[in-house]
Formats: sequence, C-alpha cells, structure tokens
Amino acid sequence: MTRAETFPGHPLRFAGEDFIARISGALWWPAGRMLIVSDLHLGRSERYARRGGPLLPPWEVADTLDRLAAEIAALDPATVVSLGDAFDDDHAAGAMAPEALARIRALAAGRDWLWISGNHDRNAPGPGFPGRGAGCVHGPFTLRHEAGHGAGPGAGPGAGPEPARGPDISGHLHPAIRLAGRSWRCFALGREHLILPAFGTYTGGLDIRDPVFRRLAGGGIAIACSPRNITVPIPAGTRAVDGLPAPRPAGAGWSADGW
Amino acid sequence: MTGLPPLFADWFAGHGWQPHPHQLALLGAAQDTLLIAPTGGGKTLAGFLPSLVELHLTGARGMHTLYVSPLKALTADVARNLARPIEQMGLAIRLGDRTGDTPESQRRRQRADPPEILLTTPESLALMLSWPEAPRLFSGLRRVVLDELHALAESKRGDQLMLGLARLRHLAPGLAATGLSATVEDPQALARFMGGAAVIEADPGPAPDIALLPTSRPPPWSGGGGRHAVPDVLDAVAGARTTIIFLNTRAQAELFFQAIWAANDDNLPIGLHHGALSREARLRVEAAMAAGALRAVVATSSLDLGIDWGDVDLVIQVGAPRNIKRLVQRIGRANHRYNAPSRARIVAANRFEVIECVAALEAVRAGDLDGEPRGPGPLDVLIQHILLTACAGPFDADRLYAEVRSAGPYAALSRADFDACMDFAATGGYALRAYDRWQRLVLRDGCWQLRDPRSARDLRMNIGTITESEKLKVRRRGRGGATLGEIEESFAASLTPGDSFLLGGQVLRYDRLRELVVEVTPAPGREPRIAVYSGLKFATSTELSQRMLAIIADPNRHRDLPADIRAWLELQAEVSALPRPGTLLCETFPRADRWHLVIYGFAGRNAHQTLGLLVTRQMENAGLAPLGFLATDHALLVTSLGRVGDAASLLSAPTLEQGLDDWLAASSLMKRSFRAVATIAGLIQRNRPGARKTGRQATFSSDIIHDTLRRHDPDHILLRATREETRRGLVDFDRISEMLLRNPHIELRQLDRVSPLAAPLLLEMGRVRLGGSGHERLAEKMAQDLMAAAGLDRLTNDKG
Repeated sequence: MTRAETFPGHPLRFAGEDFIARISGALWWPAGRMLIVSDLHLGRSERYARRGGPLLPPWEVADTLDRLAAEIAALDPATVVSLGDAFDDDHAAGAMAPEALARIRALAAGRDWLWISGNHDRNAPGPGFPGRGAGCVHGPFTLRHEAGHGAGPGAGPGAGPEPARGPDISGHLHPAIRLAGRSWRCFALGREHLILPAFGTYTGGLDIRDPVFRRLAGGGIAIACSPRNITVPIPAGTRAVDGLPAPRPAGAGWSADGW
Repeated sequence: MTGLPPLFADWFAGHGWQPHPHQLALLGAAQDTLLIAPTGGGKTLAGFLPSLVELHLTGARGMHTLYVSPLKALTADVARNLARPIEQMGLAIRLGDRTGDTPESQRRRQRADPPEILLTTPESLALMLSWPEAPRLFSGLRRVVLDELHALAESKRGDQLMLGLARLRHLAPGLAATGLSATVEDPQALARFMGGAAVIEADPGPAPDIALLPTSRPPPWSGGGGRHAVPDVLDAVAGARTTIIFLNTRAQAELFFQAIWAANDDNLPIGLHHGALSREARLRVEAAMAAGALRAVVATSSLDLGIDWGDVDLVIQVGAPRNIKRLVQRIGRANHRYNAPSRARIVAANRFEVIECVAALEAVRAGDLDGEPRGPGPLDVLIQHILLTACAGPFDADRLYAEVRSAGPYAALSRADFDACMDFAATGGYALRAYDRWQRLVLRDGCWQLRDPRSARDLRMNIGTITESEKLKVRRRGRGGATLGEIEESFAASLTPGDSFLLGGQVLRYDRLRELVVEVTPAPGREPRIAVYSGLKFATSTELSQRMLAIIADPNRHRDLPADIRAWLELQAEVSALPRPGTLLCETFPRADRWHLVIYGFAGRNAHQTLGLLVTRQMENAGLAPLGFLATDHALLVTSLGRVGDAASLLSAPTLEQGLDDWLAASSLMKRSFRAVATIAGLIQRNRPGARKTGRQATFSSDIIHDTLRRHDPDHILLRATREETRRGLVDFDRISEMLLRNPHIELRQLDRVSPLAAPLLLEMGRVRLGGSGHERLAEKMAQDLMAAAGLDRLTNDKG
C-alpha cells in the first residue's frame, strides 16, 4: 500500500480546534464530525459548452463526486459543508444530469449538508438538492466563501464593507504551492483565516506567493495536498493591511445561526 | 512558356548576368515543381520569374501569385528584392505583404483589391482561407511559391500549409505550385509532401572549404559554450569580411557573446541575434548586418533561414552541429555568391564534440546528409483546418475528405480518422453523448456549419501550430522602460528578486514580476545565473552518431583526431573498453557514496532522456534507489544508491516497451505534448501575448483535462494524437528500439572508479530531476530548507 492510501492528512490547529488537512483537499474536523470542501465548480464543462467556449471533456462532475464520495465513505461525517462555488453557475446546478443529482442525494442521506453560497452560485444549492443553503455560518470559527469578505460576527446590519474578522474557514482563492517545477493544491493557514484549496476537478490554483495570501495569512504556513510534508511559510504581510486582532479565546459558543 | 521575353533578357544582360539554368528550367516547367538549390543560387528570383513573365505577357490584374515563407522578416526581405526588377523593368505589378504585422488598414485594402503578388506566412494564409470571401479572393490565383520548404516541412506549420495549398488548389483549379528548398537528403520525399512535383536540382556549386578551427587551447572536458576558442574565433573574424557565428542554443549564444566582447580588444563591431531578443533588437542587428556595419554576428537558428547577407564570407559553428544537413545549410550562409566556395570553420565545445565534429566534416565531404522520415500528417492540425474551413462557410464532408487527401502529408489519411476529427470538431468527440450542448458544428442540408457563427472569431484567434511555452516580456524597470526581450515563464518562475541572468549580452538583475512583465535592472559586472531560456534541444542525428561510433571503435582511425583525444580514447580502452558497433557498452562504478551506471547508447539526447526515465523506473522497482540521471547525445548516466549488476535485464526491449506505455500514460512529457495538441485542436485557448490574465485561479491546467480524459475516455482522438506525437518527437523511442537492434550484445564493465569516457558526464551540470517520489522528496527537502531558513521548521509540529 502506498503512503497516499494510508496517510490521512496533515494535522493542524486553528481557532482552538484540531483539524486534519486531508490530502484530497478536504478539511476534516473530528470533534464536530464535519467534512468541509470548497469550490467544487460542478458543471464547468457544461457552462463552457453552453456559452460557445471550448468543448471540455464532460466528466468533471463524476470525477469530483468520485473523490468526494471516497472522503465521505472514509470519514462518515455528520455534516458536509460546501464552502461556496459548488456549482460553476446557478444554471449549471439546474442543468445537472439526473444521475449526478441522485448521487449527491445518496451521499447526503443520513447527514446534514450545508451549502454556503459563493460568487459563482449565489442561489446554491438550487431546487432538488439535499441540505440547506446559507450565506455564512458563525461558530467557534466562521464558515464563509471568501475570507475577509462579508460581515463579521460582531458587525451588525449596515456595518458596511469592513473586513470581516476571523477566525474563519473559507475557499474562493484556490491556493496552490509551486515548488521544484511542480504545483500542489494547498491549505493556507494563518492565525485568523484558514483557506481551503479548490476541491473541484476543473479548477486552477492561485500561487501562495500572491499578495492576497500575505494579507490574509501572512506569517502562517501553506500545507500542500501531498502525502509528503510539503509545507512552506507564508511571508508576513504589511501591518497596515494586516491589522488583524488577536485570536479570540477558543470554546466560544455558537451564534444564533450556528449548525 | 519557355523563352525569356526580350524585356527580361535585356534586364539580365543589363546587369551583366546570365540566367541560371535552373531559373530557365523553372520558367519552362508546365507543372508543380520543387527546386532544390544551395543558398545564393538565385532561388527566390527563380521562383518568381514565371509569375513576372506571365504577368508581363498577360497584363492580368488581381491576385496572381501567393508567396509563403516561414518568416515574417523573409517576406519583407523578398518584397525589397523583388521590387528592384519590377521597378527596373517597369512592370505593372503590385506587391503586398500580409503577415501578423500588417496594419489593419492595409489588410482591408488587400481584401478589397488584392495586389498581383501577395507575400504571406502559413498562419496568415490559414486566416485568409477562413474568411467567407476566400473563394472570391483566390479564384484567380495562378501560382503559389513556397519558400524554405525544407524548413516548413520539419514542423506542423508545413502540414498546415499543405492543407492550405490543397484548399487553394480547390478554389483555383489549374494553380501551379513551386517549392523552393535548400539541399535535402531526399528531394522526392519533399516533392511528395507538396502533393507531387517535378524535382529540379540546381548545380550545387563548388565544394565548401570546411575544417575544424585550430584553437590555441584544447577544448574542455564538458560543457557546450566553446569559450576556450574565443581568441581564435576573434582572430578568424578579424581575418574575414563578415562572419556569422552559430551556436546551438540561445543561452550559449548569450554566454559566447559576452565572452567574445570581454576579449574584443580591437572593438570589432559584433552583434547578437536570437529568438528571445525583442523584435526591435533583432531588426537593428539585421539592418546593421545588411549595411555592412557589423564584422560578425553571434546567432542561433534564428539566422538559419532567409535573409540574404551578401557579404558573409565566413561561418563559424561553435559546438557540434548535431545534424549534418543543418551544418550544410549553415555553411551555405557564407558566400552567397554562386560558384564561390563557402568557407566554414567548426569549433568543438568539448572533447566528445571533437569526435562528433570530425565525423560531421567527414559526412559533409561525402555529401551524406541525414534526416528522419516524416510521420503522417498530425490530426490536431487537421482538426484546426476543419474548424477554419467551417469559418469560411458550410462544407460537404466527403468533398473535404477528398481535398485533404490531396495534401501530401494526409495522402494516406483513413476515412475513420477523418471522421474522428470531424466528430471532435463538431461535438468534442467524447464517448459520453448525453449532452446536446456539446455541439459546435451542425449538419444542415447535407453541409456542416458553425452552430453559432460568432464562434468563428474565437477559432480564428486560435490559428497556428506554434505552441511554444509561454513567454514573458522582460522590461527595464522604471517609467517607459525599454523591452529587452522575452524569457520562458518557467525560467521566470525560478527567479527570485536579486537573481541575475543574461539577455541581449547584458547581465540583468531580476526585480519583480508585474502584470506578466519581468522587470529588471541592468547589473553590469555581476555573475549571471546560467540562462536556461533555451531554444530547441536538437539531438545528434542517427547518421552522425553512427559515424562517431565508427571512429571511436577503430583505433586506426584515431589518427584523424587531435593528440589529447587520442590519449583519452587510449586510456579508455585500457581501463574499460571502447564503445563499438554491435555492442552496447555499459559501465558501473562507485563515486561519492553513490553508484553510477553509464550506457553508451549513441542514440541522441532525446532517446537517452527517455531511456533514463525508463531505466530509473525499473531501478526504482528493483530497490536500487535511483537518484537522477543525465542524458547527453552520446551516453546516459544514472546515479543510484544501489549497484546495477545486470544491465541486460534493464535493457530488454519488451520490458522497455511495456515501461514506455506505462510511463507515457502518466508522464509530464505526455502532458506537455497534450497541451500542444489540445491547443492546436482548439480545446484549450492559446495564451495570447499581451492579454492580461485576470484571476489566475479561473484557468486550470491542461494536465487536468488530460488526466480526466485518460480516466474516462482513454481512446479519445486527442489522446491518440498525443501518444503518436510523443512517441515520435521528444521521446524518440524508435531510436531506443533501433539502438537495441543494432547492438544485440550488451557488455557491462564493473569498474572500481570512474572511466575516462564517463568523467566528462559527471562534470555536466543540471542533472535531470526525477518525477514521482524523487520529485516529491526533493520538494519536501526544499520546503524543509525554506522553513528552516525562516525559523519555522518546528512550527508545523507545534500545535498552537
């Protein structure tokens, strides 16, 4: 057996909780039996074809669901969370092949499924899908599509575009490490923000050296989705942009719209 | 039409010229012709003479002759040269050129009122053929002139051009095509490539004056720079009127240029010319060269073609030529005066190359050229052609199939393959057919057409078969900083701020990457990092390798070699053995806690590279822990922790063949080929220079598409095309098979230390890194170093 088959992932600690950064690109929170994935971009080839773009091989939905199913089978989560951009657009969710939809329903049977909406799928999950949608969810850590966007837990209505505070777990940015001429999807772990790699098959990566990661996770680390320990530092950002508060004490209660 | 009209005869006579026999032969030819002539043989005029005469005699208006060349610069040069006789004879013939550089206003004029003679490139021709008005535009076309056809035939550009020619023949029945080519090993094959033509061979002229350039210092043991010969090259330059100094790669050209200027005490005007320099910089050098203002130019294959430098009287090839045909063509760059011998000198960059150069000189004198047979026309190019045909208007598939088969490279195309290409163009050609949206072409009234005519725009943007790795512009930092050239993105990605590299003879410090522009500051006096933005890596040809091996194997022939090389080979014979035909010599020896295996395959760099990948996979399975390998044109060196005791089992043909299939299936080479194939076939969009990418994460790599296809549709036509291409091109597996066939006996010498022939290999820099676990281990190590350097190496275990 290769290491990849037996190695579960890299343990990490964030917001006072223990997690496993799975080499599949999913995040496992054992204490909450929660499996978190981000940016599935289901239906991307369909959207391209519909818009007269290139005719991509139409298997990315099956492929992405295969990998998700393997994680669900391995971990038996109580809750599955999609951190947004599960669908390449809202139309793609509607155009999902019946067998794909049936598959998602089967995967969701007996568990909770939470669809955070992203910039591609504002109306996720769309009719016929199991589970429920949400803008973002607050708890000991916040679950949202995009780190630093949207209102933080302390900010009331009309708080404006003030950057949201962490600790939050998000996707959207598709972090990736490029080293030695190769590229790996990766987790970006800062004190305030934990950013997941894109889980979807037809997704690209944003180099971890991009300034946005310095701003959100400067001084933290990037953990590659590899059975090997490929972990690199994320250089500290400029303080002016950073301005992040100290982490809040762990174990704070769930907010009203918690799970 | 056999005679030269009086106006033309007078024009020749007025210059004191006699038309060359092959010029007159071409004038008399009634059919498609292929003219093989050395440089300086008045080839271009020969190609145009029938057009000029015909236009003069008939007074025809509108597009009469289309000239296609591989280089934009060449069309400009030809336009200038052709303007002279037209003007001097007062012919009412308009010339126009149509390339990617032609301004929009001029293009519009050409569409409305085309000139009699239009000069263009294969890509611009493909674009013009995709216009709906193409039938009208080309219906009166009488002649097509294909310049430097030998060069075009070496790449997919040639396949595309032949498809275009087939289209033109359909639009303008009775069209006469003329191919112009430098000396090639098999003129009939090139004629078949044109779809059939009568071959006219010009008198090759006197034999060239070629020799090794005597150097004051012997060449080094390894490396390819030839810097030891700089003083001797400078002396040779000083003794000639104008010299072209050819190097094999851009990086070598840069380094040599720097070295020659460091020693150029007399300040001889010497320029630099290669494909990574900005267009302006290249044009400046070309203009200076044409004006006779330069004594020498250091160049790469960028000067292999075209532009006529009348005054060049010496060519110096630095580094082994790898290929006899290319050497002959480069030699022909000297002395464009017909009937005067070309003068050329060769500099061997290291001691292995001395033998290669001696072998090459021998082959040139024997007139023995090399060349690999051409494979069938590639399917990705055909797919692009089908899509562009659809852009021009509805078409009938049967008729198009017949037309395509009239193109030389596709003469043997099966209907099944054509239909598979049609299917890909129309629907993506996937095994899964549930989706009606996968429909780019639709069948209406028996003809195929674009479902959405607006998609023609995207398809036209994707024209062409050149898929070089993505390039980034290099610009001097600061407001309005000058563009200095371009480097490959992968090279740019390996730079960190403060690193320095060579471009255009300057040492540049890398400052930052901003919006896909590499910003730099000149940093004279700094030691540059080796520039790796290399051009193509040519492998030494089979013919040349065999000649080398024959010289090495036969001590009687060592007399032709310099004394130091003789001594080196003698020592090798004493300590180990000499490689010889019929036997595949291998050696193992320990060094620095590692074992080394050397295979003297003489199969060329690309085949050795593949062999290295296959052998290391087997060694990995056998628990020998291979660490890396180095492939040169002559040998393969593998480094491992364990010792190889049985070379024959590593090199068994069936095992290698099986390994090839497994490896190709997952290799990065296959992915790289797939990327090119998928780009040409329009599955992925070409990266447009200058177009800014927004949101990098939105674009995903072609590797992902490749992997998805492999899992779900392994017989998909693009994978098939990729497999064929990979096996032929860089992988060069055929030469591995050939090497094994030719050397039935495998001899393994177990040595206690490095052998004389192996020593230079150990000195070579830049060992190829292994993929797979080796690569991951390396990345892990690099990550650890980074963490340690940042003082963060304990942090990952520290949960808090």
